[in-house]
Amino acid sequence: MITLIGIELYKLFKKWRTYIGFIAITVLVPIIQIAISIEGQKTLNFMTRSIQQSFLFVGNFLNSYLVSYLIMNSLYIHIPFLVTLAAGDLLAGEATAGTYRMLLTRPVSRFNVVTSKFLAGIIYTFLLVMWLAVLSLGIGTLIFGTGELIVMKSSALIIFSRNDILWRFASAYIFAVISMSVVTSLAFLFSSLVENSIGPIITTMAIIIAFIIISAIDVNAFRIIKPYLFTSYMGAWSSFFDKPADLETAWKAIGVLSAHIIILFSITLYIFKKKDILT
Amino acid sequence: MHSEKVIEIVNLSKQFKEVKAVDDLELTVYRGDVFGFLGPNGAGKSTTIRMLLSLIKPTGGEIKLFGKSLRKERISILRDIGAIVEKPDFYGYLSAFKNLEILGRLSQTDVSQKRIMKVLEFVGLEKRYKSKVKTFSHGMKQRLGIAQALLHDPQLIILDEPTTGLDPQGMKEIRELIFHLSGVEKKTIFLSSHILSEVEQVANRMIILNKGRKIVEGSVSDLLNRNVLQVSFEVDDASTAEMKIKETAWGTKLKSSAKERLVFSLQHNEIAELNKFFIQNGVDVSAVIPTRSLEEYFLSIMEKNSI
Repeated sequence: MITLIGIELYKLFKKWRTYIGFIAITVLVPIIQIAISIEGQKTLNFMTRSIQQSFLFVGNFLNSYLVSYLIMNSLYIHIPFLVTLAAGDLLAGEATAGTYRMLLTRPVSRFNVVTSKFLAGIIYTFLLVMWLAVLSLGIGTLIFGTGELIVMKSSALIIFSRNDILWRFASAYIFAVISMSVVTSLAFLFSSLVENSIGPIITTMAIIIAFIIISAIDVNAFRIIKPYLFTSYMGAWSSFFDKPADLETAWKAIGVLSAHIIILFSITLYIFKKKDILT
Repeated sequence: MHSEKVIEIVNLSKQFKEVKAVDDLELTVYRGDVFGFLGPNGAGKSTTIRMLLSLIKPTGGEIKLFGKSLRKERISILRDIGAIVEKPDFYGYLSAFKNLEILGRLSQTDVSQKRIMKVLEFVGLEKRYKSKVKTFSHGMKQRLGIAQALLHDPQLIILDEPTTGLDPQGMKEIRELIFHLSGVEKKTIFLSSHILSEVEQVANRMIILNKGRKIVEGSVSDLLNRNVLQVSFEVDDASTAEMKIKETAWGTKLKSSAKERLVFSLQHNEIAELNKFFIQNGVDVSAVIPTRSLEEYFLSIMEKNSI
């Protein structure tokens, strides 16, 4: 299995499209950071306007932690799109290229082929999120330095001391990997059904956007559906930035998202094992 | 007389919705055979080959390779098979060497540089080992396809239309390669082709398939001799010979006559008899040319089965 995963990772990272996600993050994160360095103080003043009369703010609040926290909000739409670019191609790409015939006539079980491709997709997702973390926190620290993290929650404005921040970010990024792995699993499932990677990318994104819209509209009919939509749990990374951290919400979300990954992968495996290779 | 069965197909069927692509097919390939698998487009050849390689699941029937059930022992069976299924496709963004290395690793075989280069040399691609496959011509991909099929030194080689899209030189090379693999390397070869002359030249046994069903199976020489042959007799004076022929029962077997050539439809054993008749009647015969080929045989079989 390790050999197979190695082969899949090699193939994955020999493709140009795999780097689109990394390049997009490499370009976008510094742009956001530059924009925040120019406009960030105004935003910070806006966030704290109601309490500025009562409290005296001392220290560097416009720092890499705040910027990373703001960038993490992009996880909902932008990172899933970048993830699907590679994940949607994992199986469909073999069908498009006609290489299924070479691959599946080797003495390897279909279970191992699918599992190795899936794990390569998860590793790609992990690396993409980690790259986001490295750039957000790393370059952010170079530009803005560190300090306390100020977070605006619906109920309150929370300030975290600098020695209480990094574990929250580490937890949030690990959560983000799990959350983005659901997107990978969904795109992977669609990738097993078709012979062109465009379909899985568009379908996965359409589902995510539709689910996010349903999650955002606060009407009774949608309230019943929301607990069953994986997008309802994707934002739970922010529960690590509650005081104290809302671990119950985080664990529940991790459970639901992990269940989605397992179910989506199992369906893919079932479909692929039954599939007739006609390409 | 025959040795070990390498492929044994029993009552094999495949249904795609309303279409029955393969219908109750039975065939046997023995060790050392070069087995020709013939049939018109849509006869079910590729579907059968895909079922042999477990790319497609049969609707019914049983496939045994090397005496083992494909359904139960797929992985150990595939270790001993090298195949080209239709056109060979590779990872175009990787080099020829890297493609073989990956496929070799998947086959759990020797992927040392020496072994890969030896196989590339065998198919004449050693100078292009570093080139990305997307820069290869169809003929080069076809040769690389053969290289990947041979890399793990399999016992059985399945070639599905291996000469499609090749120029005459390329076709000749493939033919020579089949002779080499069969004669020198002692491999069993299952060759699907629509180029009948190709099968006629290299195969010792064959099957003809139509509409998913077996029409005929046997040795190529037996099948060609089983039926009536078209035979040309080259004579010194065709008009005199024709007159003499028409006075006898041989006249009913005469199909056409030209300046120095008379063409007859004959059973195999009648050729010598007719030749004797010409000599006895003072007609000089300079050549006897059987013109019956597998192609004619194939077409006549197809004609019979389309009724």
